[in-house]
Amino acid sequence: MSAGAVVSQLPWMWLVSRASGLMLLVLFSTVFVLGISARLGSRLRSMPRFAVAELHRTLALFSVALLALHVATAVLDPYVSIGWWVAVVPFTAHYRALALSLGTLAVDLGAAVLITSLVRRRLGHRWWRTVHWLAYASWPLAFMHSLSAGNDMSIWWVAALVWGSLSAVALAVVDRILFARQSRGGRTSARTRSSGVAISVHPGVRS
Amino acid sequence: MKSSVVLRIDRIACDGRGTCGEFLPELIELDDWGYPIIADGPVPRGLERLALAAVEMCPKMALQLRANEDDTRSGSESTEELR
Amino acid sequence: MSSAQLLRHMGSNQPTTGCRRLLPPEPWAPAGLAAHLQRHGALVHHPSSDAWRAATFGEIERAGLVGRGGAAFPTVRKLRALLAHRGRPFVIANGTEGEPASMKDRVLLARSPNLVLDGAALAASLVGAGEIIMVVHRDVRDSVDAALAERRRIRLDSTKFRVVTAADGFVAGEASAVVNWVGRGAPIPLGKAPRMTERGLQGRPTLVQNVETLAHLGLVGRHGAEWFRQVGTADEPGTMLVTLAGSVVRRGVFEVAIGARTSHVLELAGGPSEPIQALLIGGYFGTWVPSPAALSLPFSASGLGVGLGAGLVVALPAARCGVLETAQLVRYLASQSAGQCGPCKFGLPAIAEQLELLAAAMPVRFDDLTRWVDEIEGRGACGHPDGVARHIRSALDVFGDEVSEHLVGRCSASEKRASLPLPTCEPL
Repeated sequence: MSAGAVVSQLPWMWLVSRASGLMLLVLFSTVFVLGISARLGSRLRSMPRFAVAELHRTLALFSVALLALHVATAVLDPYVSIGWWVAVVPFTAHYRALALSLGTLAVDLGAAVLITSLVRRRLGHRWWRTVHWLAYASWPLAFMHSLSAGNDMSIWWVAALVWGSLSAVALAVVDRILFARQSRGGRTSARTRSSGVAISVHPGVRS
Repeated sequence: MKSSVVLRIDRIACDGRGTCGEFLPELIELDDWGYPIIADGPVPRGLERLALAAVEMCPKMALQLRANEDDTRSGSESTEELR
Repeated sequence: MSSAQLLRHMGSNQPTTGCRRLLPPEPWAPAGLAAHLQRHGALVHHPSSDAWRAATFGEIERAGLVGRGGAAFPTVRKLRALLAHRGRPFVIANGTEGEPASMKDRVLLARSPNLVLDGAALAASLVGAGEIIMVVHRDVRDSVDAALAERRRIRLDSTKFRVVTAADGFVAGEASAVVNWVGRGAPIPLGKAPRMTERGLQGRPTLVQNVETLAHLGLVGRHGAEWFRQVGTADEPGTMLVTLAGSVVRRGVFEVAIGARTSHVLELAGGPSEPIQALLIGGYFGTWVPSPAALSLPFSASGLGVGLGAGLVVALPAARCGVLETAQLVRYLASQSAGQCGPCKFGLPAIAEQLELLAAAMPVRFDDLTRWVDEIEGRGACGHPDGVARHIRSALDVFGDEVSEHLVGRCSASEKRASLPLPTCEPL
């Protein structure tokens, strides 16, 4: 068989769909961790803190593009029939319904987060924040979709990326919970600029 | 050269996250608890775009750009249109 | 507090500097509607007549009436501002009296509720309000209810009245806090924009006016601008109610002509009960002035150089420590922050802590203290931090010598305990 014939017989759609799916998991996990970092006010190397939030937003938008590729290739794949609506309407696929529906639900929640973020000025902070918290539900759904719809966990580096993503996200969630606990005590003392030195003398004598 | 916009802040929405002070130290200083102290007066022309970006970046949407004549100091209702 | 106790807060001797406009004459006449109408006459409105409206606005403007709640904002401008915005306005009579040492609003509502109701009804006619909401301190709720019942029986007012018991707390009397209390049950300020005259209760233009201002309005509506200006000064015309407290012989609420000699004002309360070193003018958010220097000055904003605020005058004895009193008051004010804005929520307790250390003549971060006082100004959603900053600056000035003593570990007061009355410091 010629090289050209081998190449033309590769199931491109399916390959791109799998690859983009893996990339999407890693990217989504990164966006998730960055989102929590931004909230916690942590620094990222020498990046200023506001840049962490900006990176979170930029990567989130990029992952939308990647998601479009992932869904398109899955739908266009000639070997399996998946309708376009499966991307947004859960429990309608004929092939591996549960696995795909998990992905669909993740997409639906993600779409809500995206749309509310685009109109957050009009929406007001309270509603934006309420919907944004759906992201915490979206990630586990995406993860379980990866495990059930993906077939490549036998490849060692795929498994590494998948379990690595889980670890990173789990750590971030723990951080977020600890931060919430600690914040309840609230800021009490001055943080930065105070002179910190008492300037009055106390000889210990009172009239 | 002065522009005709001022930075205003919704003090109740502000949480002291400090994004604005970090991004725009030319106009915004953070106090000992991380809350912004905004420089008086209109935004200098050269900093207008940065001020707009700072407004976009505020995680609580507490920062605003307003037209210069709009004075919202308490008690001062001098700019009302009177009949 | 019972009405009998409230009655005791009425000054019993009114020398010529006192003027009896708002408060009924002695012996204490019953606060009934008949006596009120007999004394003041009827107040007639013509809300459908533009000519009447224009003429009345003109009188109020010429009278130069300003708010008696603390901000001294020109009443006519506030009334006119409502007309500029869309929506059927509300009138809210603010009798919250969040300032703990002030009694004037309560005494006024107990003794002359009809005058306040008259003024509120007049304001409502002028701005076309659909409803008047009386927000009154719980001590005087009965008095206001009774007065309204009498008026309703003879259908005196065309505008609907509603009575709401005011919330407790220092900031509960702030205009937007009152609106928030009536609208959502939360007596905390809403922020400076939009203004209540533009969007207040239920999104409609809302007039929030102190009850004493409304009482004056009720009289201006009857007697006109010239009459109103017969007493007081040219820039600050009319009378005002003051609450005299601290080291005076007879604490209470008195009506004074603005511009009267400050010593005469104190005399209404029988004068100082012991030598005094300073007066706190306006409220606990107000300003200290030194005594005896202030006593020879006219009791007016331009005379004393400080705003008269809510008409509180507290006499501080020379024997006490001004720094300690200030520290205690500031700690109270810090506890009364609504806690919505960082600079107030964190700055005030930090300032209070340093002032307490100073009062105890212990080592203090004095540079930080003065810097924080400068920094809190203008950085809250309401005027609370501004009032505290003003109070502290005046204290550091008036008690400057004492402050210097404390900075080297001494206190020169003979009575090292605080004396000014405070409610129990429960934060909101």
